[in-house]
Amino acid sequence: MKPTRRPFLNAGLLLAGLLLAGGVQATAADHVHASDAWIRVLPGALPAGAYVTLHNDSAQPVALTGATSTAYAEVMLHHSSTAGGMSRMSMVDTLTVPAHGEAVLAPAGYHLMLMKAKTPVKPGDTVKLTLKFSDGSTLATDFAARPANAIDAGEPHAGH
Amino acid sequence: MKPRYLLCLPLLLLLAMGALLGGCRSEPLPLRLTNISGHMPDLDFKLTDDNGKAVTGADYRGKVVLLYFGYTHCPDVCPLTLAQLHVVMQRLGPLADGARILFVSVDPARDTPAIMHAYVNAFDKRAVGLVGSARAVEALSKRYRSAFTREPGDADGNYEVSHSSAIYIFDREGKARLLATPSASQDDLVHDLHLLLDTGATP
Repeated sequence: MKPTRRPFLNAGLLLAGLLLAGGVQATAADHVHASDAWIRVLPGALPAGAYVTLHNDSAQPVALTGATSTAYAEVMLHHSSTAGGMSRMSMVDTLTVPAHGEAVLAPAGYHLMLMKAKTPVKPGDTVKLTLKFSDGSTLATDFAARPANAIDAGEPHAGH
Repeated sequence: MKPRYLLCLPLLLLLAMGALLGGCRSEPLPLRLTNISGHMPDLDFKLTDDNGKAVTGADYRGKVVLLYFGYTHCPDVCPLTLAQLHVVMQRLGPLADGARILFVSVDPARDTPAIMHAYVNAFDKRAVGLVGSARAVEALSKRYRSAFTREPGDADGNYEVSHSSAIYIFDREGKARLLATPSASQDDLVHDLHLLLDTGATP
């Protein structure tokens, strides 16, 4: 029994080793999956909020530092807070996606503020945002443009 | 001390009986949100609506009013609050025609009636955008012990405005009745608005 099982075991070990080696070289973006990506479109040239859920399948935390887009001249990572009955918005440098965990960018919390749309974005459009991580890697993600009075991503959007 | 204390007893009994009997029209409504009846002044202001027309608080007598301060360059919390109020209005069905969302801009420098018009209508057709001079908006804000502060801007002149997140609800007579936060449950908002809309509705 034993000798016949050995080769399989070795193969398994080899595979695990290869995966591990691959893991070390993999970038943050390789381990992050985006879902429920959407933009609340406001009339005219008003800034819009973008929301997404980021899942990290690695054993290391990953830090989102912002995003770029060909559709908007400026994108900023922001956080809304309500303290003492006052609503405030502040810029943040990074948002950590914990190891084997997720970070949620959702209304009244973290969001990407999109400013200066190069061409008007309409509800129903799909807008590509390139998420940036602290190791320099990037993740291109499709965001669904939704009407101003939407309250969430709507029907599930599979992320990539 | 003793005689006064004894005098109070029959009064208390009477009150208790009144509460037990119930059913009378002056009975306080079983509201779920923070009841501010008698603690805040009646709805009163002089501002300009999103059609460019001068309006006062008296123009909204007969409507249940949801008053909220914000600004159009606010991409996150203001739209969320207005979107949630839209859902509440949808749930009220035809009753919602008896209510108005008054969205008062705390950013007089950037919010014009035209921008406000496009903005509020993207949320709900029963929402009205109100603008005014910094002094007029400040007066209204102070009247309801609310506040706003323009934060320092960046090199491009972009800036944020920190502002009170409360929603003030007035009955059809313009009396302040309820205070809600943006995180208030929609069920509670629907429940209480139902009560206010059912009360004093013109048949």
